[in-house]
Formats: sequence, structure tokens, C-alpha cells
Amino acid sequence: MPLLSLTVNGKAVQREVAPNTLLVEFIREHLRLTGTHTGCDTGQCGACTVHLDGRAVKACSMLATQAAGRQLTTIEGLASATGDLHPMQTAFNQCHGLQCGFCTPGMVMSAIDLVQHHDCSSEAKIREGLEGNMCRCTGYQNIVKAVAQAAEATKALA
Amino acid sequence: MNARDPNAKLGFIGQSIVRREDTRFLTGVGQYTDDIHLSQQSYGVFVRSPHAHARITKLDVAAAAAAPGVLGVYTGEHFKDIGGLPCGWLINNIDGTPMKEPKHPVLAFGKVRYVGDRVALIVAETLEQAKAARDMVEVDYDVLPAVIDIGNVTATGAAVHDEAPDNQCYLWHIGDKEGTDEAFQHAAHVTTLTFRNNRLAPNAIEPRAANAAWNPSDDSYTLYVANQNPHVERLLMCAFVLGIPEHKMRVVAPDVGGGFGSKIFLYGEETALVWASKQVRRPIKWVAERSEAFLSDAHGRDHLTTAELAMDKDGHFLGFRVNTTANLGAYLSTFASAVPTILYATLLAGQYKTPKISCTVKSVFTNTAPVDAYRGAGRPEATYTVERMVETAAHELGIDPAELRRRNFITTFPYATPVGLTYDTGDYEATMSRAIELADVAGFAARKAESEAKGMKRGLGYSAYIEACGIAPSAVAGALGARAGLFEAGEVRVHPTGKVTVFTGSHSHGQGHETTFAQVVADKLGIPLEDITIEHGDTGKILFGMGTYGSRSLAVGGTAIVKALDKVIAKGKKIAAHLLEAADTDIEFENGVFKVAGTDKSVPFANVSLTAYVPHNFPHDKLEPGLNENAFYDPSNFTYPAGTYICEVEVDPATGVVRVDRFTACDDFGNVINPMIVEGQVHGGLAQGIGQALLENCTYDVDSGQLLTGSYMDYAMPRADNFPHFVVETVKGTPCTHNPLGVKGCGEAGAIGSPPAVINAICDALKVKDVPMPATPHTVWKTIHNMQ
Repeated sequence: MPLLSLTVNGKAVQREVAPNTLLVEFIREHLRLTGTHTGCDTGQCGACTVHLDGRAVKACSMLATQAAGRQLTTIEGLASATGDLHPMQTAFNQCHGLQCGFCTPGMVMSAIDLVQHHDCSSEAKIREGLEGNMCRCTGYQNIVKAVAQAAEATKALA
Repeated sequence: MNARDPNAKLGFIGQSIVRREDTRFLTGVGQYTDDIHLSQQSYGVFVRSPHAHARITKLDVAAAAAAPGVLGVYTGEHFKDIGGLPCGWLINNIDGTPMKEPKHPVLAFGKVRYVGDRVALIVAETLEQAKAARDMVEVDYDVLPAVIDIGNVTATGAAVHDEAPDNQCYLWHIGDKEGTDEAFQHAAHVTTLTFRNNRLAPNAIEPRAANAAWNPSDDSYTLYVANQNPHVERLLMCAFVLGIPEHKMRVVAPDVGGGFGSKIFLYGEETALVWASKQVRRPIKWVAERSEAFLSDAHGRDHLTTAELAMDKDGHFLGFRVNTTANLGAYLSTFASAVPTILYATLLAGQYKTPKISCTVKSVFTNTAPVDAYRGAGRPEATYTVERMVETAAHELGIDPAELRRRNFITTFPYATPVGLTYDTGDYEATMSRAIELADVAGFAARKAESEAKGMKRGLGYSAYIEACGIAPSAVAGALGARAGLFEAGEVRVHPTGKVTVFTGSHSHGQGHETTFAQVVADKLGIPLEDITIEHGDTGKILFGMGTYGSRSLAVGGTAIVKALDKVIAKGKKIAAHLLEAADTDIEFENGVFKVAGTDKSVPFANVSLTAYVPHNFPHDKLEPGLNENAFYDPSNFTYPAGTYICEVEVDPATGVVRVDRFTACDDFGNVINPMIVEGQVHGGLAQGIGQALLENCTYDVDSGQLLTGSYMDYAMPRADNFPHFVVETVKGTPCTHNPLGVKGCGEAGAIGSPPAVINAICDALKVKDVPMPATPHTVWKTIHNMQ
């Protein structure tokens, strides 16, 4: 089996994986980082979204070996070592942007990418930017609010 | 956000406290069923029927059983002599005979009855090995004609079950048939409509999942399962199916990723897993793939209804006659029979004083997945029926739809409807007038003119819903056929240091109970939130519970906690009286302190709890040590949340695309514990209701019975850009009169009230009588062009 080397949440990781292992399986089953979820079989729901080299990817739609040599960040790697939440995590909490929490890790990872790399200047743009992530609980309204709040916070920091 | 200082002591009720449970979900350390990995874990997969209706003529599992890693292969043969999955509600026919109740087998035996029906369970060392072995199971089918169309269940001559040759499960009636017929004879106007309430897939983003383990040391079982009511799951599985003694089964519903009804029911998958875990002497995990979820989760709605509303010349309702055919799918799921009857027809009075109502419901078996409760469960179908009829009548009579409603509103309470319920309280004018303000109905004409100038059509639709929540008085439910009680249990365990663990039979799968319930406890006991833990979802910890559905958690489960708290305080007063050398009756409890009335003598809560567990100076002659109380609460009535929703749409006549431009929801939920959480519940309900109206539809091919919408590629799940910014407001409201918190429940309102508002708005925009749900661009375009 190929030996896969990559950085996961800031730490070097080496594991043998079968070549047909999906990245999401590798994260959940091999590394037991179960914050990344699987909600569908077709790359639609976005619950498995993680960051690879700082960009959001759906971990169900790529092979683990494609992450070789790259920087993988999962929801477990967002808060600081001292436990301070990422501004997006804080915004989701303050705005009640989650209910059952199942879509939340993927939603947060997508939202961070959205704020960092896309136009979040209007509610319509944020809604369009969240198209790739499904939530059945919140009706999206408070997620949109959280993303807008985090975008403001990010702008203020810049 | 009105986030309060979490260290502040009093006045938590009514505050938008941010949720305590969020951190674990936001940092990835929530524990959903699929996240639980047990020692010696093995994996299960199911062979499912590719046919809607077929005889199994050969089932050869030898090759699969011999495949690498396979620990066991189980079929209907293994389950044929044990009970089927029970239905929890007996409905009687009009002639008094009981409904047809064919066996719902754990695994299919002899025949399959829908695409996705369970044929075999394969257990293997790894998921990959289980899946590989699944492909080696040889099944030959003799395909039979399928029953799909509920409008004509005898068309193919096929019977889903031999016991019901006409595919009818029951024919049921409520109301005054003769009186209603008589009322129609005096009508100045009758409005008639026939419509389908479309079939939906619940689609919790966490698929159903289970992990079952048998413990050889004491012949007991532990089942982790994505479920809304673990005690009910345990009772049904132990007592009715597997015969496992209840005390030998622990059911844990850990973090659950949404339910919406679909995780209430006892399913064959987890039942088979529990049984097989003893055979293979290993824990077995199964997690549904999304395509399996579409095929096998209990679906919702799927009614075909013809309704007639009789009015006098001024639009006063005289009589309402409703005929509904309800699809139950291939087997009776846990509460399937109650949804189109008890939870539907009893709500047909709506907010109106219609004197005569008659409703007949024919429920049928088809070769489709079982249909059961889905967010709202019967009440959305009732609201759709009432509110589409009222709005259509208003247009036909040329009366403003709000005015027609006002003319018929119930205004005095309590009010006994002609369909079995007694509304305790309400103020329908309050939510109607506030919704009209919030929606700026006054500005509609100008907005419509603007739309028309662009070549677009604009319409406005109302929906004034009512629902019955907080189910239910057990005695009433029992008289109506329920085979379970519908109380709730709670336990308050005060630790020696004054910290508190509360155990509730309600289950939170997104509703925020760990925050809301703690707010109630903090206020009652005068202690900080962080001194309180809310435990739920584990039959090994919680004394009993009926679980969470029907917007019942706070009204029923919260009340059980309040009753247990009252017992804690009553006992605390006696301990305090002893410590303060006063009479029990002179002790008051306020802000976390017991004191002697009219004096400055007092003792704090934590000193009393410490005394209870270190009873050196204790009234042993009168009290037992300890401070731990439980309570069961059985409500005396349903609760009746109600409100008015207003939808404004813009329709592009060239494409048929409907854009919801404004949506206003004004609700009366009685008292509100956490407004932020309540608003969030409404948002989610609205998305599901608007999703039903515009996007979602479970479609079976009418000939083959294949599910055509079996993935997110085909089933239109609502996404963020399908919605406008909802305007949601909860009026001060009319507190529920029969529970101590005065709460009514808020979980389903959004999904109940919104579909007719959307369709009414589209009909208004297009000036047509009806548009079928879901009003997709294709459907709307055909409506515009008057095509079938």
C-alpha cells in the first residue's frame, strides 16, 4: 500500500493507505478525526468540506493520495492550541448558525474559504457562495448572518 | 444578538442565551452514531430490493457467506418466526372494524414490496468486505405489477398485501356527515378544489445509522442509534419484535444530526443489527448511504384531497367537507396510521368557527417506501387544505383574503371544534394584524406595479395556521387508538455541592434543549447555568421518556422537569426549616436562597444540598437524606400554536421561475424561553415548507415503481439562495393555559404554515385557481400556458 505523507492540522502524518481510499475515509476512519462528516454519496451536501492548502475541498470527492505533501486542515484544527475559537466558529455560535451540528463543520470550512477568497459584500453573494453546502435545520438565515459577521470581523482585522 | 452574561444568575427565561452545546459541534468533537467506534467493530450492509413488487423465487447467500471477512449473512428466513415492526396507533374503519395491519417484517420474506425493501443483512470485518459480499448474493425475482398511483390503487389488480386485496388499510371518518351535507344545502357559495400534498423525503443531513453490540458477560445489548426517542425504540424493539427483556437493552441516541420525524420510528435495519450482534458476537455498525436514505427512510405527506367549503352570501363558513386519500406506502410504519387521521383531520377547523365539518380518509398501501410523520405530520396537510380553500374562496367571492379570515376567526376561548379538539386560548387577530404590518401589505400594490413594469407577475398569499402540539393527553390519545402513553419524564439530581444534573426523556437533535432547559432550571433554582447539565438520549441514564416530536419537548418534557424542580424545592424547604429552626410553612425560596419569611434568617441552596447528603444535622424523623426527585407529566390538553404567514412572490412568465421575494411569519407560541432558538426553529421550518411548495418531490415511476428522485442530483433540496431574508416575529401571545411554563411549542410551525402561503401567492400572481406543488418552473410554465 502506498505511504501517504501530509500535514494534518499542523502536524506531520504518515500512513499506509489503499489507493482507492477517499480523503474523507482517510480522515474519519484512519485518523479518527470524526468532525468531518459524510452526508451524501454524490458530492452535493458539503458536510465533508475540509481545507487543502487553505482552500475548501469536498473530501468525499477526492482520493486520500491526492493530498500527498499538502496541508490538510479539518474542523478539529481551526481553534487555536489554547482553545480560542476561529472567528467563524465564534460567529456561528453568536448568530445561532447551527442546530443539529451535522452540516456545521463543512459549513464552517466552506464559509471561511468564502470570506477569504470571495465577495461577501451582500447577503445575496453569501447565499450564492453557500450553494455547495446543505443545511436542513437552520433555513440558512443565521448561517448567512454568521458569515456576514465573520466577514466584517475579518475586514476589521485586515 | 442579545447574548447574556452567562454568569448572571436570574432571569434566564426569555433571554436569547447563546447555545451551550455549540462548542462541541463547532470544534468537531460531537459524537454522532457513525463517530462511535467500538472494540471489535464489524460492519453491516443490506441487500435491497431493486423491484417495487416481486416474489423472491431464489435467495442464495452461500457465495456471500464464504466471501473474505464475512461474519454472517441473514435473511427473512431468520426473522420469519418473530414479530414484525409494530404500528403504534390503531385506527378503526367507519364500520368499527380495525385497520388492516399486515406484518412489517424485519427482513423481507417471500416477497418484496418496495424498491429498497430489506432482503438480507451481511456482516463483515470491514465495510468494503461487506459491500463486496453483497454483490455475491444471488436473488431471483418474479416481478409483479406495482401499485403506485394513490388515485387508483386497484388499477393494476395487484395487492401489496394479501390481507388487503383492494389495497385499503382503513376508511375512517370524523365529524358530522349529515349535518355538513345539510349545511351545504343552505350555501350561497361553494368552493371546491382537488389537490395533491406532495411526497417528501425528510433528509436529515445525518443519514440513519446504528451500532449494535451484544455483551456476553450478562447477555445484554447496547444500541447506539440516530433516533429521536430511545425509550420508545427500546420498548418497541424489546416487547414487540425481538423479545429481549427491556432491562437487558440499553439504547443510546447520542448526538443526532437532525430528525424531522424520520428518526422517531423503529426500523428494520437497527432491529436486524441488534439480533445479529449476538449471532456474530461482535458490535455491528451500519450507516445509511444517502441513496439508501432516499429509498428507505419513512417519507412524509402524500395526500390526494378534494375539499368543499360552503359559505353564506357574506362569506361566513357553514360547512367543510373533505375527502382525502393518504398513501401509507408498503408497510405501516410506527405512527403512519395516526398521521392522516388523528394528526390531520382534527385540525380541519383551522382558526375558524366553521360549525359543521366532515372528513373521510381512505389510507392505502402502495409499493413505495413507508410514509410516516415528517415535520408537522398531518398538520401541514390540514393547514394546506384549509388555507388553500379559504384563499380560493376569498378570490371567488371577491373578498379580501385577510378580511374573509377575520370574518370567520374563532374569538372566544376555550373553543370546542367540530373535529374533536378544544383550543384553550389564542388571539388570531393579533398575529394577523402584526403580520400584515410586518409584510407591508399596504405597499404591495406599488411593488406589483414595479414588477409588472418589468414584465414580471407578483402575487401575495396568506396562511393562517393552527397546530396541535405537545402531544398528548394519554387518555385522549388512548381513546383515539394510541398504543402508547404520551407523557414525559424528568429527573433533577442535586449533587452535594449544589450542582445539578437534569435527566430528561426529551431528546435534542438540533433544538437546543441543553440551553433552553437549563435556562428554566437556572431560573427556578436561582443557580448559574454552568452549574447545570442536561442529560438526554440514553435509556441507561434516564428513567423513562417518550422523546421529541410534535413540538412537545418544552411543553411536556419541560413541564416534567418543572414538576421535579418543585419537589426539590419543597424538600429543600423542609431541610432549610430544620436548619433555621422554623416551621416548614414559614420558609420561602427565592434567588437560590431559602429564608424564613419576614426575617433575615436564610440558608443558600448549596448548604441545603450539602446537608441533604451530609445529614449530620437533619430531620431524620421526617425526611430521607438526599436531594433527587423525578416527575412524570401527562398533559391535560394539546397546545395550540397559531399564526399568520404572508408570502410575496415574483413570477417570471417567460420561464415559470418563482422567486420568493418576501416571507413574513408572525407566530403565537405562548411564552418563549429563548427567542433566538425559537426564531431559528421557525427559519428551519420555513425552509422545509417553502421547499415543499417550490422544490421538493419524491417521484416514483408510476409503472415500474422506481424512485426517480433517489439522490441530491434529482431531489431538489433547498439551498441558501432559494430563500429571501425571512421576517420572523413572535407576538407576546397567549400563554398556554394548562402547563406551568405557558409554552406551546415552535418546532413545526414554519413547515406547517408556509406551503399554502407560497401557493396562494403564486395563484394570486397568475390569477389561477390552483398550481400543484412543487411549483417548479416547468409546472408554473405549464399552468401559465394552461397545459396539463
